[in-house]
Amino acid sequence: MNDVKIVSLVGGIAIVLVMVELLRRRQLKEKYAVLWLAVALAVAVLAVAPGLLDAVAGRLSVADPVNLLLFVGMLVLLSVCVHLSWECSRLEDETRALAEEVALLRNQVEQREPPP
Amino acid sequence: MPLPSRVLVVIPAFNEEATLAAVVQEVRAALPSADVLVVDDCSTDGTRAVALTTAAQVLTLPINLGVGGAMRAGFRYALRYGHDAVLQVDGDGQHDPQDAPRLIAALADADLVIGARFAGHGDYDVRGPRRWAMRLLARTLSRVTGARLTDATSGFRVCNGRTLELFARHYPAEYLGDTVETLVIVARAGLTVAQVPVTMRDRAGGQPSQSPVRAAVYLLRVVLALGLGRLRRYDFAEGVKVPV
Repeated sequence: MNDVKIVSLVGGIAIVLVMVELLRRRQLKEKYAVLWLAVALAVAVLAVAPGLLDAVAGRLSVADPVNLLLFVGMLVLLSVCVHLSWECSRLEDETRALAEEVALLRNQVEQREPPP
Repeated sequence: MPLPSRVLVVIPAFNEEATLAAVVQEVRAALPSADVLVVDDCSTDGTRAVALTTAAQVLTLPINLGVGGAMRAGFRYALRYGHDAVLQVDGDGQHDPQDAPRLIAALADADLVIGARFAGHGDYDVRGPRRWAMRLLARTLSRVTGARLTDATSGFRVCNGRTLELFARHYPAEYLGDTVETLVIVARAGLTVAQVPVTMRDRAGGQPSQSPVRAAVYLLRVVLALGLGRLRRYDFAEGVKVPV
């Protein structure tokens, strides 16, 4: 096993461990953990069997397997960012609705009678 | 269309302690039968305290949501307490409540009535790129709504029951969303828009920026708001439940 393999294998295993620990401490929702677990497993698998990457690259007619790796990595990161923006927008909408409700309830409690 | 009988005047207010009390008083003088609601958009000054000394009901938002957010809270209030029209008046005193009865009367022929400053009334004027942005807005929105609109960004407007039900669901909180996008929403829902000339007074808190860079940014945001209004999906079906 060469150095690169060891580094990527250790990296993959480390990500898996961190994810499991975050999940265990309830710091991470399952829907986010699944994605990172998949990424970590992919890293670990590629570390053990780099020939796999060459085979897939050859099948997709990508001349340099590293390019395929970078491309897929970028794609994954991009979709994660988009997903987070989406979640963030949803959270803002929910916060907004809650803020409105709090204001309405406070008005009702402090100033006026309940609605008919 | 029948004229509304239970008008709610919503005054979105962010740090307007200096002018708010006078605005509420003027509104009550101009529309004695209407209820007044001040929506304090998480002000950092004494806006809430001032509002509570007036005869108005007060909504206090725990976080700053912007005019659109404050207004949607107002629309939900209107739905909850059975109002059939909502009149929006700015808390800074630039709108003259004496024009309000004319705005409400115009609901006879439209679902949403906008008090416009460039319709031959008053002496308010803007120049330069900001004016171009407003022209682009006016033209595009006139085409979309099928009404002649010259001052689409005016926050002096009144809507009837059908429109406020729509707004309670779909009032955008983004910058310009509350003025520009809402007009597109109204038009797409098949509701009608009209404009009434009003007098604008000088704002107590300074003039809008006239720097060309800011004006250009403003223009871009106008284009974005118009595009979003066209693009977004809204649920126009009547009877869709709103959490009131």
